[in-house]
Amino acid sequence: MWIRVGTLLLALVAGGAMAETQEFKLVIKDHRFHPAEVVVPAGKKVLLVVENQDSTPEEFESHDLHREKIIAGNKTAKIFIGPLKPGRYSFFGEFNEDTAQGVVIAE
Amino acid sequence: MLSSLIIVFREVLEAALVIGIVCAVTRGVNRRGLAVWLGIGLGIAGAAAVAVFADVVAEMAEGMGQELFNASILLTVVLMLAWHNIWMSVHGSELAGEAAKAGQSVREGIEPITVLVVLVGLAVLREGAEVVLFLYGIAASGSTAGGMALGSGIGLVIGTLVGFALYGGLIRIPMRYFFSVTAIMLMLLAAGMASQAAKYLIQGDFIPAWGYGLWDSSGLIENGSLLGQVLGTLIGYDAQPAGMQLVFYVVTLAVILSGMKLVSLRKEKKQLLTG
Repeated sequence: MWIRVGTLLLALVAGGAMAETQEFKLVIKDHRFHPAEVVVPAGKKVLLVVENQDSTPEEFESHDLHREKIIAGNKTAKIFIGPLKPGRYSFFGEFNEDTAQGVVIAE
Repeated sequence: MLSSLIIVFREVLEAALVIGIVCAVTRGVNRRGLAVWLGIGLGIAGAAAVAVFADVVAEMAEGMGQELFNASILLTVVLMLAWHNIWMSVHGSELAGEAAKAGQSVREGIEPITVLVVLVGLAVLREGAEVVLFLYGIAASGSTAGGMALGSGIGLVIGTLVGFALYGGLIRIPMRYFFSVTAIMLMLLAAGMASQAAKYLIQGDFIPAWGYGLWDSSGLIENGSLLGQVLGTLIGYDAQPAGMQLVFYVVTLAVILSGMKLVSLRKEKKQLLTG
């Protein structure tokens, strides 16, 4: 009996993990985010995959999204965000705040 | 120049506030100055090492190494602050009395000086790694390096001055209140760091958030503002905390408080038995 409950739980957990987290790709180039606007589904956890094509490090930071992560030059970082309520969430590159600006739009 | 000034200032500020409080609390401890400078030195060396290996760290734990690393450092500091505070709740009152009588050398050797070195070192390391990476970026970009370097230097100086100012203010608190005030400050500092650690663990998807934006006081004090940042460091202020952050915060406070209560009760019992 307990083994079956265990198997069921395992299946649920595994199923949850496999329920594909949607990925959204972003590129940092010349200290700018491309695209500068990312539309993601509201109410779901999604994954931002940020590729830094500059040779210098950047820090992805967002007060709205509660995220800060350093991305070394020519490296890619994964950042989970959400589940978000519908709305606009701005983010920026802390090391180049003048140019590196972007927004996540949850719909 | 201005942007580098602001970034370096902000990173230095956080470390300086922590060091300012820790220095005030440990005043009178013999060779404290040496310990603090050693901590700063080791912290800078560590920051440089972390910066060099940033991408190695980043790729650990399936790309969530940075989050795990930051949370580990923060939680280590929380543990040390907690231990220190509980220790002080037993010895603080003795120190207050004896320090006044016999000068301040009584504190020699009472608390392992290594705790102080590690505390300061970790505070510097965490903030310093970001500064090193940022400065590396400037150096690599070449053209505007002169102005940026000047800005960074000014930022470093101002940040450090704020730390000294906090220290100067704290040590002017009359002895009677000094240990209670600094104990509360250390406790809030620890709780705030625990909440920050929770934030990193949530970001790395290691623990659930238990709701984002428990409340939103951004209209009052924004996280990104200077005041928001200072309060964030000192008391763990967050304009939109996640539920889990609050849990970490409250649990840390509760553990330290009950630890302090417990050891002082034990001490009273001992005194009753022996005295």
